[in-house]
Amino acid sequence: MSDVIVVGAGVVGAACAYYAARAGLDVTVVDRGPVAGGTTGAGEGNVLVSDKEPGPELDLALLSNRLWRELDRSVGGFEFEAKGGLVVAETADVRLQLADLAAKQGIQHENVPAHALRDLEPHLADGLAGGVLYPQDAQVQPMLAAARLLRHSAGGRGGRLPGGGAVRLRLGVTVTGLLRSGERVSGVRTDQGDLPGGAVVNAAGTWGGRIAALAGVDLPVQPRRGFILVTEPLGEPLIRHKVYTAAYVTNVASDSADLETSAVIEGTPAGTVLIGASRERVGFDRTTSPPVLARLAAQAVALFPVLRDVRVIRSYCGFRPYCPDHLPVIGADPRAPGLYHACGHEGAGIGLAPATGHLLAQLIQGHRPDLDPHPFRPDRFQAEESR
Amino acid sequence: MLLGDWDLVVIGGGPAGVAGALTAALHGLRVAVVDAGARLGGQYFRHRAAPPHSSTPGFGRFLGQVRALRERAEVLTEHQVWSVTRQVDGRLTVHCAARDGGRERPVALGCRRLLIATGAHDRVLPFPGWDLPGVLTAGGAQALLKGHGVVAGSRVVVAGTGPFLLPVAVGLAEAGARVAGVYEAGGGLGLARHPLRALGKAGEAAGYGVALARHGVPYRTRRAVIAAHGEHELEAVTVARLDRDWRVLGTRRVTCDTLATGYGFIPQIELGVQLGCDTRHDADGSPILAVDHGQRTSVPGVWAAGEPTGVGGWRLAELEGRLAGLSIAAAAAAVAATAPAVAAAAAVPTAANAPVPVPVPVPSVLLRRRRSARAFAAALLEAYPVRSGWQGWLRDDTLVCRCEEVPLARVREAQELGATDARSIKLLARAGMGWCQGRICGYPVACLAGEPPAPPRRPVAQPISLAALAAFDEDGTRTEPHTTEDPA
Repeated sequence: MSDVIVVGAGVVGAACAYYAARAGLDVTVVDRGPVAGGTTGAGEGNVLVSDKEPGPELDLALLSNRLWRELDRSVGGFEFEAKGGLVVAETADVRLQLADLAAKQGIQHENVPAHALRDLEPHLADGLAGGVLYPQDAQVQPMLAAARLLRHSAGGRGGRLPGGGAVRLRLGVTVTGLLRSGERVSGVRTDQGDLPGGAVVNAAGTWGGRIAALAGVDLPVQPRRGFILVTEPLGEPLIRHKVYTAAYVTNVASDSADLETSAVIEGTPAGTVLIGASRERVGFDRTTSPPVLARLAAQAVALFPVLRDVRVIRSYCGFRPYCPDHLPVIGADPRAPGLYHACGHEGAGIGLAPATGHLLAQLIQGHRPDLDPHPFRPDRFQAEESR
Repeated sequence: MLLGDWDLVVIGGGPAGVAGALTAALHGLRVAVVDAGARLGGQYFRHRAAPPHSSTPGFGRFLGQVRALRERAEVLTEHQVWSVTRQVDGRLTVHCAARDGGRERPVALGCRRLLIATGAHDRVLPFPGWDLPGVLTAGGAQALLKGHGVVAGSRVVVAGTGPFLLPVAVGLAEAGARVAGVYEAGGGLGLARHPLRALGKAGEAAGYGVALARHGVPYRTRRAVIAAHGEHELEAVTVARLDRDWRVLGTRRVTCDTLATGYGFIPQIELGVQLGCDTRHDADGSPILAVDHGQRTSVPGVWAAGEPTGVGGWRLAELEGRLAGLSIAAAAAAVAATAPAVAAAAAVPTAANAPVPVPVPVPSVLLRRRRSARAFAAALLEAYPVRSGWQGWLRDDTLVCRCEEVPLARVREAQELGATDARSIKLLARAGMGWCQGRICGYPVACLAGEPPAPPRRPVAQPISLAALAAFDEDGTRTEPHTTEDPA
């Protein structure tokens, strides 16, 4: 029997397993698919502080940013790049708004006047009004990050690191129910037998609502679809930072179910350029939408005309785990003792994963968490409804 | 730019596409044919315009069909289809990138019916040195010869499995190359013992055998090229004697400057997969589009013919193209006849307004011929299977994915890290993420993952410039969802 059963082998589940094991707990990670087979495998690998409004999510992002840097040193092998983010403004008005937001965030930043933009990004289009540089923004390869965290946790003798708990990985195993002893959740039932555990962590991402439903509790996690275009590998890197337009910040915080797109462009160590981002709430529909791809391409070319003749070789889509208030769900569920949640991070799951895992490990051990988890409590939606 | 409202758009101008387009056009349908190549013909009839290649059976007849087609249909060459979508009302849009000089321009064709006749490409297996210049696919060597009249090399080895190796070797020898040997990894006798050999292919094979003998080309079975050698380009290959499962029994070195290698073919079905067409596995495990007796796929308004419905060669492809053309013409006529007043609206088949199943007025002789040709094709696939022993030819540093330069060791490492299927091997090791989108490495990676190859998901079926993609005209119609993962 494990101390902790983590449902979901995406980056959040991997971080939960890592920090729990580091605290000496024995962990079993169970996933119906392979490692990083869900939204993690469709992510760009954003580790962003720049796009967060001041408040609990920004605090979580700052903690996570620090932890990612630590993990790069202690685990490594997932293409961590502290490249910095550059938010650009099309108009003077928008530039003032960006500067205003940056001041309120109170994090490392540098206001960039129009004439200095090309010192940072030589291939930016003409006519931009300036921007803000966030040096803390970074990027990881999310699939490798999840896989390396799990591997590292289970990498020692007997599937454990010295002083750590054992980590076992059960892939291709579907959770079909939860075990109970009295009121308490005491493990998971799977299509390959029961897995008893002291605590169950729901790290099922966009499918987190279904795991919650197995416990008879409601968690309003919904899919918010996004497409990403991938170009052919470039001979030389043309884009140095993660570059996005101010509209991205607005779209991230929007509640609209309709299609929203904004340019988010960055190079990768493989030489390709990733072009996002679109958001729309259309359920789990994977059908490719040429109009969405066309809008992403048009926005990319508008920002970086040098990309005009670069070819797109593929696209992919994923489903961000969206909660109505855009905050993740982290913590014990008072409605189902023994069940913890770590899901609903929308488009920020890669970036927020280490802080989520770290806080959850503290909560499971009954330690005082580094951050107040109250804004992320699982029963907050219910409270709002009954108010 | 949205071009027209066609009764039928045919994707692919090989034997299946041309026969299908011509048949439908002869029945009065307004037809457009798009093809990525500079001229029609596909892989098999990929010839220079003149002089015709006398050694290719059926070429004269094909040229006649192309002439007749050009009088009756719009033929758009150098149009690469990157996406096909189906709107909620059942209308289909074929999104192409057209080459104009050096530039790409987007072209969208609207249509009521679609025929997928996109052929197949070579299936290759990796081995040490296969990325050396001088190593070609069997189809690639033949394409060079047919398309450009180039003799691929002065001293050539042909290796792989399947009857296609024979015409490739004969073509090269007749063009003046010295063919050092044809190495068939299979037993070679599988088909000769098959009762279906009487169907005529045996005669063709015997003809190739005579031609090989005339040029003094040795043909050896249970042999394979398991390594290629050379400093900067190919200088020699290691030829191995194999057991039943293709494990190596012994080796020798053969000097050559060109290797043409092929282990069968992979049907190109990604456009059908984009549309949500049902697939099934062919006799060799290849995913193919499932079609009914009239070549209809599971998606209303979408037909498929030739290799995408199962590799079977140009004769079967042409026959299926004709059958599809007749079936499409019958469907169009039925719609026009049942609802003349609302013909314009009803002519569009939708899921809700499913096409009235009409008896396909196909001469039963054609259906019989297809049945026996399909049986023969299946027998061929069964006679020349790929055996698992090839995985033992690889070394840790052998590239599995050439585009992304992923060696076997990285694939194994990804598996160690929790990649339990081909898709997650791709995500963790980058195999199949490059230019060819897994067309080359998809098969070997699936084998290494221990699973049958999955239907290819390629939302962008062909590379397209960002400028051309950005210029895409939104027509305001919503694409019908079909790949909803789970309704819950």
